[in-house]
Amino acid sequence: MGFFLETLIGGLMTGMLYSLVALGFVLIFKASGVFNFAQGSMVLFAALAMARFADWLPRWLGFDNRLLANLLAFVAAMAVMVVAAWLIERLVLAKLVNQEGITLLMATLGISYFFDGFGQTVFGNDIYKLDIGLPKDPVFLFEQAFQGGILVNKEDLYAALIAALLVAALSLFFQKTGTGRALRAVADDHQAAQSIGIPLGRIWVIVWTVAGCVALVAGIIWGSKLGVQFSLSLVALKALPVVILGGLTSVPGAILGGLVIGVGEKLSEVYIGPHLGGGIEIWFAYVVALAFLLVRPQGLFGEKIIDRV
Amino acid sequence: MLYRENGQFKTSYRADQQIFPILQDRLAILALAAITLVGVPLFASDYLFRAILIPFAILALAALGLNILVGYCGQISLGTGAFMAVGAYAAYNFVVRVPGMPLLAALLLGGLCATAIGVAFGIPSLRIRGLYLAVATLAAQFFVEWAFLRIKWLTNDSTSGSVTVGALSVFGIPLDTPASRYLLCMALLVLFALLAKNLVRGHIGREWMAIRDMDVAAAVIGIRPVYAKLTAFAISSFIVGVAGALWAFVHLGSWEPAAFGIERSFQLLFMIIIGGLGSIMGSFLGAAFITIVPIVLNRTLPLFGNAFGVHVDTALVSHFESMLFGALIVFFLIVEPHGLARLWSTAKEKLRLWPFPH
Amino acid sequence: MAARAAGDVILEVRDISLAFGGVKALSGISFDVREHEIRSIIGPNGAGKSSMLNCINGVYQPQQGAISLRGRTFQHMKPRQVAEMGVARTFQNLALFKGMSVLDNIMTGRNLKMRTNLFQQAIRWGAAEREETSNRIVVEKLIDFLEIQAYRKVPVGRLPYGLQKRVDLGRALAMEPQVLLLDEPMAGMNLEEKQDMSRFILDVNDEFGTTIVLIEHDMAVVMDICDRVVVLDYGRKIGDGTPDEVRANPDVISAYLGTAH
Repeated sequence: MGFFLETLIGGLMTGMLYSLVALGFVLIFKASGVFNFAQGSMVLFAALAMARFADWLPRWLGFDNRLLANLLAFVAAMAVMVVAAWLIERLVLAKLVNQEGITLLMATLGISYFFDGFGQTVFGNDIYKLDIGLPKDPVFLFEQAFQGGILVNKEDLYAALIAALLVAALSLFFQKTGTGRALRAVADDHQAAQSIGIPLGRIWVIVWTVAGCVALVAGIIWGSKLGVQFSLSLVALKALPVVILGGLTSVPGAILGGLVIGVGEKLSEVYIGPHLGGGIEIWFAYVVALAFLLVRPQGLFGEKIIDRV
Repeated sequence: MLYRENGQFKTSYRADQQIFPILQDRLAILALAAITLVGVPLFASDYLFRAILIPFAILALAALGLNILVGYCGQISLGTGAFMAVGAYAAYNFVVRVPGMPLLAALLLGGLCATAIGVAFGIPSLRIRGLYLAVATLAAQFFVEWAFLRIKWLTNDSTSGSVTVGALSVFGIPLDTPASRYLLCMALLVLFALLAKNLVRGHIGREWMAIRDMDVAAAVIGIRPVYAKLTAFAISSFIVGVAGALWAFVHLGSWEPAAFGIERSFQLLFMIIIGGLGSIMGSFLGAAFITIVPIVLNRTLPLFGNAFGVHVDTALVSHFESMLFGALIVFFLIVEPHGLARLWSTAKEKLRLWPFPH
Repeated sequence: MAARAAGDVILEVRDISLAFGGVKALSGISFDVREHEIRSIIGPNGAGKSSMLNCINGVYQPQQGAISLRGRTFQHMKPRQVAEMGVARTFQNLALFKGMSVLDNIMTGRNLKMRTNLFQQAIRWGAAEREETSNRIVVEKLIDFLEIQAYRKVPVGRLPYGLQKRVDLGRALAMEPQVLLLDEPMAGMNLEEKQDMSRFILDVNDEFGTTIVLIEHDMAVVMDICDRVVVLDYGRKIGDGTPDEVRANPDVISAYLGTAH
């Protein structure tokens, strides 16, 4: 039983990372109807920026404080993501305004390739350490109930906390601020929002920036855990089935979907995997998404789409 | 002046419906055929065959298959690598388990197996489309990759799907020189291109395009979306499967599932986007482009870097490749969504007037 | 007015009700259409006219009621089956295939008549070529009829709206239908274009004997070319008869103009 719970919790932790990436997807889709294939590449790009700036800034500016380095690097990486968002909106989205979804999807695929190449050109392609001071030692919970207790990583717990704070902050942003309201209006109906004076272009820059910052947080957490490397962007591809499961337009769906996929992957790998030869993690999420697409395409919380002739 | 159609009146619908209605085009194609099928084998170096011509021919075939599905029928697929893998491993199984199996038969049987898998994974397209379908095809990609890695029976009990094939021969003629292999690939490419062009200009091609453009209206005319979509998946997967078998047998010789991973799927998608969606010629142009550019980059970037005192290694070249392809995809989608093929036909339009201004 | 005398009832709609979620689009609609006649469905915006055509076509499935075509009754039919039974239609929003030329668009209308299988088409030489040519002949006659010869190879997306409407009509006619459903064929047209379209509609009815059901807003057109009229309002039928009868119907007048004070 203890082992089951450990696996479960491990799955929840991975799932939470998926949720963070999926959150970026959902934000962009809600506000602009664009399915951002490049979200994973943005996570990698942001993480690379953070890791390298944390390395370079102390050298360039001549100081030694770890905390200061991390803070400055965070600000620098955020700035980079803002510029990236602005460039994407100006150079790509503004030009493809009236195209169909499939064109925009392929454009984000192109953006993803570009980011992968560009990030690795500028920041390098080794595996980089990202140390933001999270304690990495394990802790044993519930030692009374289960023999030996359940092994949980402290780093994961902190990561979960950060993620929860991020979701709370985003929810407040959407509900309480003027910009957040404008974003929700745009997500609801572009033309109506435009007709009451909401500047579409600027809104999209804001959305992509927010998504970029979410990508940065996801990248930091993930990079801290696994090291910043190219495979990050491929693993992030798995956030696609997560948003299918949760519903493309639902923030709680992205969170829940990520957790379900994370847990499902781990449990199925441990309990079903050995019967099938192992390694089923690479397709489990996608097959679940496929099943949902056939039975309930709008996911758990998404909205139904009706085609009118 | 050279390209004018003056005097070329079509007196029958049949003449109007030909693949190359303009005489100059027919001559050009004959010249091209002479060059590629006779001239090249006589004069090209082994390196040219192995590095450029054979990969181009096989990938052009795969791109042709994918273009039928994505460009003509409008069904996005990110699982092309998987279908190539099915073709390759199925052909391998036939060759290894059936003594005396001829190469061509194995290739075609591989294609048929890919057809079966393609139709199975095409069934979701009856209910979902666009980006949802893209995710569904990813399921195909990753599941098939895993299957060949872990299910021993599928790869004749080889370790993690690594297999090798021996010497190849067609109708008793051994394919031991690169030139002979090139000719096999080109022959199959030309044959499939012709069959595909015929399908695409027939009524099934119009059904596919109708489904792509507006499937509700298509249903009202009497087009069955199920039949159209599944035939698109079937024919596309067949061609892609044969291409996969060719890639494995003729180009690689020995391979493992990673040769048909998601990067391959993306690569083929890029070919048809850059080359031109919904165009047979576009598949050729896109394949040529994506085969040649990395080689050009490999040669020129280090020289360029040396001029600026920057050391350019192979990793950096491949990053540049990613950037270039990514940027080109976006560029083409914005500026010319119909890709190089449209640029080519625009150039031909201008050529018809040349040297007159209008 | 239709040139031929109206024949027996060819299409009958009985007690059709259609709802989307909570919204009732149609409530208990019944009317009939006689062969060779030109019938019009009119009514204010949102009255349910397009929904009615969509039900006849099989695009929407009504929750209640039945439709009979030449005596064959059906409640739930797929669009293809309806097409096979000889019903064609045009669309309000012009559902043309933007990626194809005029010729190809109209050729898609011949789809049900083309029988060659995939292998024959792949080879092309022989049966498929002959079939393609013989259908091309039919389509070219239609192109002549609609006077769009100059545009046959142009992608439809590039044509002006009025010409696109003609291509839409051509595609429907290519099916050689017995019943032709026209959804606002004159929408967005100027006077000259409307006259052209009216002439085409009358010619189709005259030359081919096609029964026509059309949705139309322009009263002058309706009064001019239609034999009988059905009036819908908020999903209910409020009038049915010749143009003169309907024009004098007080319910119709108040639905369109509001009650006089």
